[in-house]
Amino acid sequence: MRKTFETEIQQLKDEMLLLGSMVEQQIIGTVEALKKRDIEASRRIREMDLQVNAKRYAIEEQVMIVIATQQPMAHDLRLLASILEVSGELERMGDYAKGIATVNIRMGDQPLLKPLIDIPRMAQIGTDMLHRALTAFVSEDVETAHAIPAQDDEVDDLYNQVYHELMMFVIQDPKTIERANWLLWVAHNLERVADRVTNICERTIFTATGEMKEIDSKVD
Amino acid sequence: MKMEVADSVFQIAMVGETPAKVEVKNLAVYYGRFRALNEIDLTVHEKRITAIIGPSGCGKSTLLRSFNRMNDLTPGCRMEGEIHLDGENILLPSVDVVSVRQRVGMVFQRPNPFPKSIFDNVAYGPRLYGIHHKADLEGIVETSLKASALWNEVKDKLNQSGLSISGGQQQRLCIARALAVEPEVILMDEPASALDPISTLKIEELMQDLKKKYTIVIVTHNMQQAARVSDYTAMMMIDDARAGHLIEFDATNTIFTRPKDKRTEDYVTGRFG
Repeated sequence: MRKTFETEIQQLKDEMLLLGSMVEQQIIGTVEALKKRDIEASRRIREMDLQVNAKRYAIEEQVMIVIATQQPMAHDLRLLASILEVSGELERMGDYAKGIATVNIRMGDQPLLKPLIDIPRMAQIGTDMLHRALTAFVSEDVETAHAIPAQDDEVDDLYNQVYHELMMFVIQDPKTIERANWLLWVAHNLERVADRVTNICERTIFTATGEMKEIDSKVD
Repeated sequence: MKMEVADSVFQIAMVGETPAKVEVKNLAVYYGRFRALNEIDLTVHEKRITAIIGPSGCGKSTLLRSFNRMNDLTPGCRMEGEIHLDGENILLPSVDVVSVRQRVGMVFQRPNPFPKSIFDNVAYGPRLYGIHHKADLEGIVETSLKASALWNEVKDKLNQSGLSISGGQQQRLCIARALAVEPEVILMDEPASALDPISTLKIEELMQDLKKKYTIVIVTHNMQQAARVSDYTAMMMIDDARAGHLIEFDATNTIFTRPKDKRTEDYVTGRFG
């Protein structure tokens, strides 16, 4: 029963996964461009953001059409509300990638303050978390959704490491402050990506169970 | 570590609980040897709208008709268990059925005005209960028609036939007729299923007004209607022996966003029934 509706839901999930992989490419690509100081690549990342935004709005519009025409209830309604939320999260992650691209462009001729090791690692973990979170979302894998946010701690640790290293540079030579600040901003954006993955995991649990819980990966 | 935010966002919209107006306890209804309803326990809260939903043939109307003993009129029908109206068991043989039906009125699926004038339709019940003074009747007719949001449309044609007005107006006339005997509970069996969307919305708006004073129980096949109008929802299904059961009862907001029973989930999402 409700074959048309099931098809519409499946299409929305597919579109959301597509948006997710666009954002993954954006994040990996933007850090890669920074590492190579490839300004052209960073410009392309910024342009890609327009496509990401357009896809997010297309999903939002389609969700509203499905709500208006199919009057979903219960699980279906939770799923559609979550797709709206998750597309919004993905779009914001795209903005972080764009922010990193902007840093690379604005840095101009200045060399990187230090070779990038932890920052690409943060991007790698963040996109890996994102990929698994979206897979868990479409399959409503509650167990995985509960497990993923713990990985956020690794990203936070890397951020703290980057922060302390950069501060050491600044203490030793205050003239490095601007270049340190560029990289700190990059690390901050990547740290936020991982935070937003946690929000996606929360939506997965809500969709599957109806329970709206905040997952806090840190043990106090 | 997980942290609970607010108990549930849905609780915010939940209605304040009022005392029980009708309490159904272990009710079973038989038509001859066929058991149509089994083990029904249900509380209808005062001045709230309770919707009964479920697939065709699950006993929704039978349950509704038990509330004012309309089932007594069906030959071979027998009820076991208890239905308390303000704490008094109305299924006891000693209970005056006429008085129960005065306290618990009913509106049916198709508007069914008597082939009489609009005035006489509304005055019918009060006359039956011994009110004959013209001024008294006029007062009751006006109050009832105002309460059913029909007064402005018919005040100049009270002597016209009740059958001369539109279907939506006829249904509001039937509601006025039910209100004229000052009931406490109003039963509505698919009250808008024969009406166009505008008339349906008028009935739904009217229900919100009426619940300030009356307790309403509505049977509906329209999920959106149940979700829009009711405070509580009772979900019914038939069991293996084809007897109607109550499988879930909860605040309407909960039933339509996160029902507990898989069968309710399947029914409200349109995957079953």
